[in-house]
Amino acid sequence: MPVEIPKDSWEGTVRTVTLGATSAEGGTRSRTITVGGQKTLPFMNFEQTAPNRPVVAVEIKERRPTDWSPLLLDVWGDAANDPAAWAKQAEAVGADLLVLALTLTDADGAPTTPQAAVAATKAVLGASALPLIVFGPGQAEADNELLLAVAEATKGERLALGICEDKNYRTIVAAALANDHCVTARTPMDVNLAKQLNILIHDMGLPLDRILMDPTTGALGYGIEYGYSVMERLRLAALQGDAMTQLPMLVTPGFEAWKTKESKVGQDVPEAWGDWAERAINWETLTAVALVESGADIVVLRHPESVRRIHKAIDELTISPEMA
Amino acid sequence: MALSGIQIYKLLPQTNCKDCGFPTCLAFAMKLAAKQVELSACPHVKDEAKAQLAEASEPPVRLITLTANGHEVKAGNEVVLFRHEKTFYNKPGFFLRVRDDQTADDIKAAVSAADSYMVNYVGRELMIDGFAVEAVKGDPAAFSAAIEAVRQVSHRPLILISRDPNVMAAGLRNVDGEHPLMYGADASNWQAMGDLAKQHGAALTVIAESLDGLADLATKLKEYGVPDLVLDPAARKLGTSLALNTQIRRLALRKNFRPLGYPVIAFPCDAEEAYEESMLAAHAIAKYAGFVVLDRFAPETAYPLLVLRENIYTDPQKPIQVQPGIYEINNPTPDSPVLVTTNFSITYFSVANEVESSGLPAWLLVADAEGMSVLTAWAAGKFDAERIAKSVKAFNVADKVNKKRIVIPGHVAVLSGEMEEELPDWEIRVGPREAVDLPAFMKQSL
Repeated sequence: MPVEIPKDSWEGTVRTVTLGATSAEGGTRSRTITVGGQKTLPFMNFEQTAPNRPVVAVEIKERRPTDWSPLLLDVWGDAANDPAAWAKQAEAVGADLLVLALTLTDADGAPTTPQAAVAATKAVLGASALPLIVFGPGQAEADNELLLAVAEATKGERLALGICEDKNYRTIVAAALANDHCVTARTPMDVNLAKQLNILIHDMGLPLDRILMDPTTGALGYGIEYGYSVMERLRLAALQGDAMTQLPMLVTPGFEAWKTKESKVGQDVPEAWGDWAERAINWETLTAVALVESGADIVVLRHPESVRRIHKAIDELTISPEMA
Repeated sequence: MALSGIQIYKLLPQTNCKDCGFPTCLAFAMKLAAKQVELSACPHVKDEAKAQLAEASEPPVRLITLTANGHEVKAGNEVVLFRHEKTFYNKPGFFLRVRDDQTADDIKAAVSAADSYMVNYVGRELMIDGFAVEAVKGDPAAFSAAIEAVRQVSHRPLILISRDPNVMAAGLRNVDGEHPLMYGADASNWQAMGDLAKQHGAALTVIAESLDGLADLATKLKEYGVPDLVLDPAARKLGTSLALNTQIRRLALRKNFRPLGYPVIAFPCDAEEAYEESMLAAHAIAKYAGFVVLDRFAPETAYPLLVLRENIYTDPQKPIQVQPGIYEINNPTPDSPVLVTTNFSITYFSVANEVESSGLPAWLLVADAEGMSVLTAWAAGKFDAERIAKSVKAFNVADKVNKKRIVIPGHVAVLSGEMEEELPDWEIRVGPREAVDLPAFMKQSL
């Protein structure tokens, strides 16, 4: 019985965003990363193969984090003491690109200075030739001060700067505009808010092919279903032709998964939770797999083993099946 | 696929006789389309039309129910491709696979560990659903013995795996009175398997490498008298499985294509490595599997998979709630502070997460706000002083602490006056508006 394969055809296309600039393009990266460009729902390769596959970013910090799970600190070891060494190590475990997430304070508790942020960013750029995303500490004033300095000191490298939010995006967008960088735009799990922030950023003059949207996710067990469905809805809207949703999506399952008790804590937890290390990696990996299938273009992870597993998943998902 | 009112109208007598209680046939048809009345209300409808309407009212993905000893696993009856369009209804059943070349002791050990597994997630007890027994020896007696070993330690529903009708027949004799799933029928054995399925009232898996093949076999088996079918499109990798499961779901829902209107079974167990198995299982949950067969049972994998299944199958139209109550965070003592929030799960998680990661001990009182967030619940009158006071009393908070002091969310600072009236011997403190500011607040102000 011949079955006619039901194929969708959409009028919209997700825009492409390219991160990093090679020497020919005015930067120092060995390669660039391009995400987006899909004309189908995720991995519907029987309709049309997507031009770009999802990529895995590894999150590093400019100094050894004090609030990370010991599992992560152990696996990164001494590399986590130094952003350059950490960047190299992240590249070695298979990162497609890096996320440098700046900390609010230095080791002594004093506010992180723009000089220190710039020094860390330059150290990372010097140690690894991968494209780079830099996140501020997540406090408006500090974000603006640090990211502005970073943006100026790295003009031409085509970083992505984050995190733009509805209450704080102007300075970051202006810094990206002036120095030829991209931005990430984060909204709290809501299609309309995502769209609105993209419009606001675009209205400042930043071209849409320099905006990544971060619709925010929850970890497995902590609201993943909201992030998952918002991403599916955003991608559907993009394919249906809604221009302000046609942006590649970045999500941070590493950050979300590793703040859960399931990942963070190994003692005094229910026996039914099983082995701590494998549970923690499952938490990050399964969160990421679900999000990749719902449309993530960049997943930011923390554990090297999760990086390996998600690469394997993306490999399998992007294989073009021989089916009519 | 459901018919529209107009399509139904064409099948009705169109006499406007009003015997059904509606003024016109069209009005009745509209009610039928909305599933607000039964067709039997019309005494004049012809048998032919009845059959057509019955066919059209069948769900696009047939509901398959496996039963054993009071346990039940359902798959099918799904109506959407994306959970946000409505919801996913029947959570895919998790089945642990054992084989008949294992010793009875090994089988019993594996099965009883998984059978007794239970993990608590937001007040719900999650567990796996059943077991799959595979005949690898080709020996009816060995298969039967393996099933018996399983039945000695578990009463949950079974999937019986063998392509040999003789072996399958032996296995089915062990589970008389149950409604298991047989795996399965292929192009060469389908009639014999169909006979067994009919004889035992079992559901039967159809196995084929292509959708054409699946549709063919499913059609033949349905005509042969086997109504309860499950599909194995034989994809064992993420990409191919995603493509085929999507195609099957689309054909069933959008084209009302009956030959593929059945639940799908997935075999993550065939992965070479444990981590691939867990990713394939996660994928199967999100992308349309009705039954999921696993090989490697470990709590550290079962727990996240069971939670993912809860999450994906949560009805997006209803907020998920946590059980109201007093939650202990970081082993609080009678000197630890009491914080109050609502029982909307995301609200609860935001607060619990922040406090938990701060390392500061606290009692978190979760009031019943009908699953709404703080501001929404407050606006709807579901999170007011009276309700909070009721929770304080209902959960005996006063007995847990030395100092009667309670912190309310900053967004409902306006409640503090009424709170003082409702809880006269308590000190009412106004906390921050956002959960993220709680650790700093607790350090500085409590």
